[in-house]
Amino acid sequence: MKPARIGLYAFLLSAALFFMLPLYIMITTSLKSMDEIRNGHLFALPLAPTLEAWRSAWSEACTGASCDGVRAGFWNSVRIAVPSTILPILLGALNGYALSFWRPRGANVLFAILLLGAFVPVQVMIYPLVRMLAAMEVYGSLTAIVLVHLVFGMPVLTLLFRNYYASLPHELFQAARIDGGGFWRIFWHVMLPASIPMLVVAAIMQITGVWNDYILGLVFAGRDNAPMTVQLNNVINTTTGVRLYNVNMAATILTALVPLAIYFLSGRWFVRGIAAGAVKG
Amino acid sequence: MSNVDLRKLSITLGGNAVIRELDLQVKEGEFLVLLGPSGCGKSTLLHSIAGLIETSGGSIEIGGKDMSRIDPSERGIGMVFQSYALYPTMTVEKNMSFGLRIAGMPKAQIAERLERVAGMLHLKELLKRKPAQLSGGQRQRVAIGRALVRNANVYLFDEPLSNLDAKLRTDLRRELKLLHQNLGSTMIYVTHDQVEAMTLASRIVVMKAGEIQQVGTPSEVYERPANLFVAGFLGAPSMNFIHGELDALGRFNAGALSVGMSAAGPRKAVLGVRPEHIALMDDGPLLGKVSLAEPMGSHQVVWLDCGGHQLSCIVQEARSFAVGDQVAFAIDARRACLFDPDSGKAL
Repeated sequence: MKPARIGLYAFLLSAALFFMLPLYIMITTSLKSMDEIRNGHLFALPLAPTLEAWRSAWSEACTGASCDGVRAGFWNSVRIAVPSTILPILLGALNGYALSFWRPRGANVLFAILLLGAFVPVQVMIYPLVRMLAAMEVYGSLTAIVLVHLVFGMPVLTLLFRNYYASLPHELFQAARIDGGGFWRIFWHVMLPASIPMLVVAAIMQITGVWNDYILGLVFAGRDNAPMTVQLNNVINTTTGVRLYNVNMAATILTALVPLAIYFLSGRWFVRGIAAGAVKG
Repeated sequence: MSNVDLRKLSITLGGNAVIRELDLQVKEGEFLVLLGPSGCGKSTLLHSIAGLIETSGGSIEIGGKDMSRIDPSERGIGMVFQSYALYPTMTVEKNMSFGLRIAGMPKAQIAERLERVAGMLHLKELLKRKPAQLSGGQRQRVAIGRALVRNANVYLFDEPLSNLDAKLRTDLRRELKLLHQNLGSTMIYVTHDQVEAMTLASRIVVMKAGEIQQVGTPSEVYERPANLFVAGFLGAPSMNFIHGELDALGRFNAGALSVGMSAAGPRKAVLGVRPEHIALMDDGPLLGKVSLAEPMGSHQVVWLDCGGHQLSCIVQEARSFAVGDQVAFAIDARRACLFDPDSGKAL
């Protein structure tokens, strides 16, 4: 092996270690008992591994007044993520399709305005959105949070699908027009089935984004629908009694599990979809 | 089967007038080829007949009905595209029947049409496959099949063979010609390939910069080109052009080169001679020096230098030439053309 190769591997290995270290500490700590943690050997493997902290984090940890763990937050997040993934993707695909193939008058202006939305910080829009949703009498509900995710997902999703459709031959659309397809039929029967790689990418991006969101969930979802991230924050910031580091670690891993699993299961698709958008054919 | 009648058709794309007041009549059952270099507006014209591009003036009549404002699906046309444009997620069967299903045709009738067209194009074994599992030639046959099942009055082809390799292209070209002979339908075919145009067409329309240069049968267009552009565009190697003078006695003179023509001057003129109408013969009246010989297998193309004029000629016999060889030749004046050097029009 050449020295350059050895250097390369040494660098890659240390970089990997650097990024794996926090995960290692989280996993080992979550498997330890509180007594063992107090001994202070942060890097040591657990002497008597136990899943007690995980069970507790899932169903017993206290979030403010109630002590039900992050379980409730998990199901809330699922209820938020499912519609907040499907609806924005369908609408984004529809937007991209209309912009690419039907080219309505002023399409480019509309698209530019939509893209501008991607550059405005979320925080700026929170207050106006709160007032708008309150006026619509949906503030603090599942509808509100899904609507907010729909709005914030639109610029990037439209961009993704517009570019993907622009990479398909325009003749495909023309052939479908001659076959008598209208706006909706061409979308459902020809374009949407042809965009599976992009749908997968968009789904991964949207699920991850929605699942990891904290601020929007906190502000718009309301107390009963608080997503897992909000519950996790409550578990960790509960100040009464002892800080249960093992439970906190387990709760954090549980919360991060869904996006992690999605990346592991779909890595191949993800790359394929990104490439499909970038290269023609 | 229908005729197509274009009257004073104008098309404007992005503010540019691509086609201006174009008139063209396509007869029933005719195989009309639109031929021209890329950007000459031939594809735009075809797309406007299909209804995929809006026209800005004039009318498009198909079978006597004005179709200028009618939806593409209701114009009674079938179209084949260069990129095949097959629906990637549908099987061959579904691809071909998509339009019929949209039109709400009964299943039995769809099956009957599929059966007939699949048989005609040898697609029966491929019906259950997806486009990705087909070769280029098979894909284009499916695309042709998809147009045929529509039982259209007019079939439109937009450079359908351009994406295929040379061998497949000749095979499919022959199939297309046979198809037209059997069906007798009206077909309008766009290509920039003069061989396709010559072999397939009943009539050729040569276009340049959105304007029709000449309309005629392949032999008319080839033998009697209307102007310098048409003369130079058709034929490979292309026609030899010699600038010179036509005198009062009907002799065309350009330096060492002199040919007796039937037209008389005096005037400036351009002589156009096809390479196959220059014959090497020992007692030929003209002399030239060989500057290059290109063997083509069945024949060879020999380039002659005749007093500064470069002439290509086609030699059928297997004879070898060395650069600098002095040869005598004759120009077949009856088949040569004369053009006006200013307007480019045939005299």
